[in-house]
Amino acid sequence: MYAQMIKSEATQDDPVKLAVFQKRIDAGDKIEPKDWMPEGYRKTLIRQIGQHAHSEIVGQLPEGNWITRAPSLERKAILLAKVQDEAGHGLYLYCAAETLGVSRDELTEMLLDGRMKYSSIFAYPTLTWADMGAVGWLVDGAAILNQVPLQRTSFGPYARAMVRICKEESFHQRQGFDIMMKMVNGTAAQKRMAQDALDRLWYPSLMMFGPSDAESVHSEQSMAWKIKINGNDELRQKFVDQTVPQAEYLGLTIPDEHLKWNEDKGGYDFSQPDWSEFFDVLKGNGPCSTERIEARQKAWDNGAWVREARMAHAAKKRAAKLAAE
Amino acid sequence: MGDNTLVLGQRLSEWCGHAPALEEDIAMANTALDLIGQTQLWLGLAAERKGQGHSADDLAYHRDAWDFRNLLLVEQPNRDFGVTMMRQFLFDCWHLEALKALTAHADAEISAIAQKSVKEVTYHRERSTDTVIALGDGTEQSHKKMQAALDRLWPYVGEMFTADDDDLMDVAALRPGFDAHVMASLTEATLTRPDSDFAHQGGKTGARHSEHLGHMLATMQSLPRSYPDAKW
Repeated sequence: MYAQMIKSEATQDDPVKLAVFQKRIDAGDKIEPKDWMPEGYRKTLIRQIGQHAHSEIVGQLPEGNWITRAPSLERKAILLAKVQDEAGHGLYLYCAAETLGVSRDELTEMLLDGRMKYSSIFAYPTLTWADMGAVGWLVDGAAILNQVPLQRTSFGPYARAMVRICKEESFHQRQGFDIMMKMVNGTAAQKRMAQDALDRLWYPSLMMFGPSDAESVHSEQSMAWKIKINGNDELRQKFVDQTVPQAEYLGLTIPDEHLKWNEDKGGYDFSQPDWSEFFDVLKGNGPCSTERIEARQKAWDNGAWVREARMAHAAKKRAAKLAAE
Repeated sequence: MGDNTLVLGQRLSEWCGHAPALEEDIAMANTALDLIGQTQLWLGLAAERKGQGHSADDLAYHRDAWDFRNLLLVEQPNRDFGVTMMRQFLFDCWHLEALKALTAHADAEISAIAQKSVKEVTYHRERSTDTVIALGDGTEQSHKKMQAALDRLWPYVGEMFTADDDDLMDVAALRPGFDAHVMASLTEATLTRPDSDFAHQGGKTGARHSEHLGHMLATMQSLPRSYPDAKW
């Protein structure tokens, strides 16, 4: 889940219009950019889609960290294609957010000055090649669980962006699992890398779903608007239930001594991540938080002359064309 | 051919996640992907001809700098976006001419790789030409940066046309096609071709690479060299 702790914005609109709007949502209508919508709906969506887009862009960095060190030409090509897909996802999502009346540049500035967040998972480091497997397997796996239902979200451009993104994410998850398979069937050093990656990324992956619903005060309105489809705990449970057998298949141990099948609920009991660590990460105290924003800031600052020059050249061309007509 | 595409593909991939705009990031990754794909074909063929059960990965990951036969131009560091795109433009202009010549090569496998690559590189050249023109012509600042990039990289142009015994084609014959496209584009970009034709040599013969290649290989080859028994 790339959207965490999204605060629903209060709405002070005409009650009659609100009722009609809610009826459309309840009937499963898609809301399109030119349709009337409550201000709170618009603002919440900007925040959610923006955070999702930022997560894709910041998410390029931990995986980009290994492109130059990918251990074979084929692995290099696959990883490059994957990180390129993430940039593409960012692009569709920024475009979807732009239909709500905010520009990509404004969203970028809000990321850089800390007004907007990105998913906590990308504030963690990627330390060995096995992390390229574990990120695909666990992080993309967790993202898919949240994003598949979002294909049915009420806002048309967001739902359509999700359809395309989900197809690519499933592919990434399979690639990640494939790397894990190679690692666990490889040398002792490779097996050690695989277990180490799972040990480090397991709890940060569980955090991706956000804190427990009982503590999540913002979910109700978003669920009524079909911006959020499932509860955080429900998705986290689903993630654990699907991942445990995969870890067993890989011969890896999930770092949770309380992990146990619970026949009554038909799912696993498991330990919660350290939520104080999660809140620290959100405050910008993740292990790589400073580096991630620094990298984005540097790209933004160093790219300013390129963006300005492209605009200036396009304006000159337009002027020349007009003069010729 | 494979060392050129590998080294430049590796250089471009260093940009992933750091480009001036998302569209540039995607386009650069796309070019890098094409080049890595071409590397698999060229080095795959080289390994097959070499025999002894070698693979493209063996050639990419288990040779040292002195055995690389790439042009000095492609191993130059990215520096800023202007230098990266100028390097790309100059290489693409040579690369396209070289591939066109190789489509008619007597060896069917060489000709087949060239035919596949020509399509990709035609697009690479189109994009780098557009970029050089836009940034050369854009603002006073961008013009200065692009002229500085051209001045810095021009001494690496001559090597592309210096013949040696390992050439697959008559490289000197590629120059008129290169010059025609480069000069027309530089004019549109309001950039000035440097006067000096001094040319650094030693990349494609392997006799004297720049200091930069060793660092690139140290990064790129680190995993297969550290874990020679591992399969990835």
